[in-house]
Amino acid sequence: MLGRTANSIFWLYRYMERAENTARLLEAGFRMALTRGVDAANEEWRSVITTLGHTTTYEAQYSEYSGIQVCNFVLRDSANSLSVFAMIEHARSNARLSRTSITAEVWEAINECWMRLKDVLARPVREANLGDVLAAIRRETTLVRGATYGSMLRNDIYHFARAGTFIERADNTARILDVKYYLLLPSLAYVGSSLDSGQWDTVLRSLSAERAYRWLNAGRMDPRGMAEFLILDHRFPRGLAFCYAELGLHIASLARLHGHESQCNTLLSAAEARMEAATIEGIFDSGLHEFLVGFIAGNQAIADAIALDYRFTE
Amino acid sequence: MSIRPEPNFDEMLEADGSIRPAYRKYHAWFEAQNPALMRHKDKEAEGLFRRTGITFNVYGDSAAEERLIPFDMVPRIVTGAEWRKLSRGIEQRVRALNAFMHDMYHRQEIVRSGRLPVRLFTDNDAWLPQMVGFTPPGGVYTHIVGIDLVRTGPDEFMVLEDNARTPSGVSYMLENRETMMAMFPELFAHIPVRPVSDYPSRLANSLAACAPDCAADQPVVAVLTPGIYNSAYFEHAFLADQMGAELVEGGDLRVVDGRVQMRTTAGYQPIDVLYRRVDDEFLDPLTFNPTSLLGVPGIFDVYRAGGITIANAPGTGIADDKAIYSFMPEIVEFYTGERPLLPNVPTWRCAEPDSLAYVLDNIAELVVKEVHGSGGYGMLVGPTSSKREIAEFTKKLTARPGNYIAQPTLALSTVPIFTRAGLAPRHVDLRPFVLVSPNGVDITPGGLTRVALKQGSLVVNSSQGGGTKDSWVLDD
Repeated sequence: MLGRTANSIFWLYRYMERAENTARLLEAGFRMALTRGVDAANEEWRSVITTLGHTTTYEAQYSEYSGIQVCNFVLRDSANSLSVFAMIEHARSNARLSRTSITAEVWEAINECWMRLKDVLARPVREANLGDVLAAIRRETTLVRGATYGSMLRNDIYHFARAGTFIERADNTARILDVKYYLLLPSLAYVGSSLDSGQWDTVLRSLSAERAYRWLNAGRMDPRGMAEFLILDHRFPRGLAFCYAELGLHIASLARLHGHESQCNTLLSAAEARMEAATIEGIFDSGLHEFLVGFIAGNQAIADAIALDYRFTE
Repeated sequence: MSIRPEPNFDEMLEADGSIRPAYRKYHAWFEAQNPALMRHKDKEAEGLFRRTGITFNVYGDSAAEERLIPFDMVPRIVTGAEWRKLSRGIEQRVRALNAFMHDMYHRQEIVRSGRLPVRLFTDNDAWLPQMVGFTPPGGVYTHIVGIDLVRTGPDEFMVLEDNARTPSGVSYMLENRETMMAMFPELFAHIPVRPVSDYPSRLANSLAACAPDCAADQPVVAVLTPGIYNSAYFEHAFLADQMGAELVEGGDLRVVDGRVQMRTTAGYQPIDVLYRRVDDEFLDPLTFNPTSLLGVPGIFDVYRAGGITIANAPGTGIADDKAIYSFMPEIVEFYTGERPLLPNVPTWRCAEPDSLAYVLDNIAELVVKEVHGSGGYGMLVGPTSSKREIAEFTKKLTARPGNYIAQPTLALSTVPIFTRAGLAPRHVDLRPFVLVSPNGVDITPGGLTRVALKQGSLVVNSSQGGGTKDSWVLDD
């Protein structure tokens, strides 16, 4: 396949994944706003903007962090070049660029996703319909994933698609975890203390992990245990260990199809080995923030290596 | 049904209001349908097109970046007998076009014989000196041709235009049929319609048959597009997809080891046949427009050395020029030794003083077209123009008469379209798609029918309010 097409496919799925994760983040904030006081809610909205890396563009326009304003900025503001709708448009553009490499079912799912969200986001979102809008985003992105899973050949195209998904997901999970922890823990001394369990709940909710975690831990909210779950547990599909196990399978398949391993395989093997050897105690001892910053940079290096190894650009 | 035939030829209705044979079965079916359901189906069609993303981009129109070409759900129908006759005329014309191009880039016998004025190619930008003395692989110049036909009577089809560069619209022919089959499967169960869906595989075979000698057993075919913002991008992607070929852009290609190669994830891989949807002048910045980013530097040298087939060949624009068009009857006779089976629309060449005088005297009755224009732009339709428009156009015409031709305003045939009030007649043309390879000339039964949706309008171009229809050739 063409290097340029691989690039489009990779980014098509990165954008879809990021749009979906952004909706999850808003859902968690929305819930926080419903169940907590105004101050806690506004802090939560600030953390959403920080997590998404929008602080500069947001503060250029607005002076305070109110829920619906943040939601509209994140979902549809034309000043925000990485709004959810802009990401869906980028995803669709990439799908158009690589139409010959995706099935009609995938194309139609993406095109319908774009049409539906264009419609839903045509007017400012209100508190009363925010829930519906977020549900629509999740449903439409899920349909794209379903069409991909159900209709695509398991060939190099599919492996680039999935590699894009897991690179992006690992990045998003690491960022969410980093920002939430940072906000919730003024100092590491608080680790293990019984902070408001509702706040910890939002960390899990932002990653749609609350049910899984509660189920596995009989409802106990333990910050260290949560971090372990989100970083090292192989069973949780938005967790870092899971993402890298999947990413590893797909880039191993790419190496097999191309007849040799490349830089990205080497980098990923090293990252996986580090993860395998890590314990949550060790991570906290040397600093969770430092660990996550290092992870995000390493993840970026793997993405760059994939682009270089497979000639995404000249 | 309360529609009366207009004075022009109506393809469905006889003068007495009875139904012509081609439409009998369809009409009987239509009459039995519930009108409310039909209106509902009509709306449904637009949704189908939007969802599948069959859109075209309009240059300079950012608000509606992607538009749909309106689709009318009443098929345009010709009988098998009518089609067989048409096909013979089309094949004759396409063979003549290829022979003409070979001649124009070699001995120019037709000019030496005095049948064609030398100015027609010396003054013509579409004639490429770089092609002189070179014969493309398989001897084929126009691998894909679209012949625009109009009808004025039961047996009167005329050629309005030959599209020998990169005719577009074939994806609409295919998608219109798919849409009709999805909407009205029962129609196709009862009426035998010749299929069009194998066009992409016929195109792939036809292109592969034109591969250069250096190609492998299974030639690698790629479609070259100017990119996502081109108005026909959908069609480029559609055809590549349907053929199982790569859709490439200039940035994917470079000349490596004397071959044109595409950058794949596993390195550079040679292309044998390039179906290019990029104009000649953008094809090779080293040979033509040096500022072009759409093409491939050096591709022309590879081409001349026999390392790749370019379809259509560069320089085929010489044959779809409107000035050359007016000589097509002579061209057909010269190269085939036969009388043309398909006539031209009568054409006055304004370069000739007598013709110019006639055109100026009768301009209000004529259609005047720019020789190098396309898409319905830069033309004057006398009968529907104001005095001021005619006066302005006359100025341009007298300043550069060689730049114009004129034709009578034809009583184009009408076919029914679906409106809220029922069936209503509208003017149409027809573009059949023709494939040429050393194995022969292959014409897909039907083609693209374009329809002027405005009552009385004669302009069928999609850029000016035209729509399309499924075109049926009956298997009888």
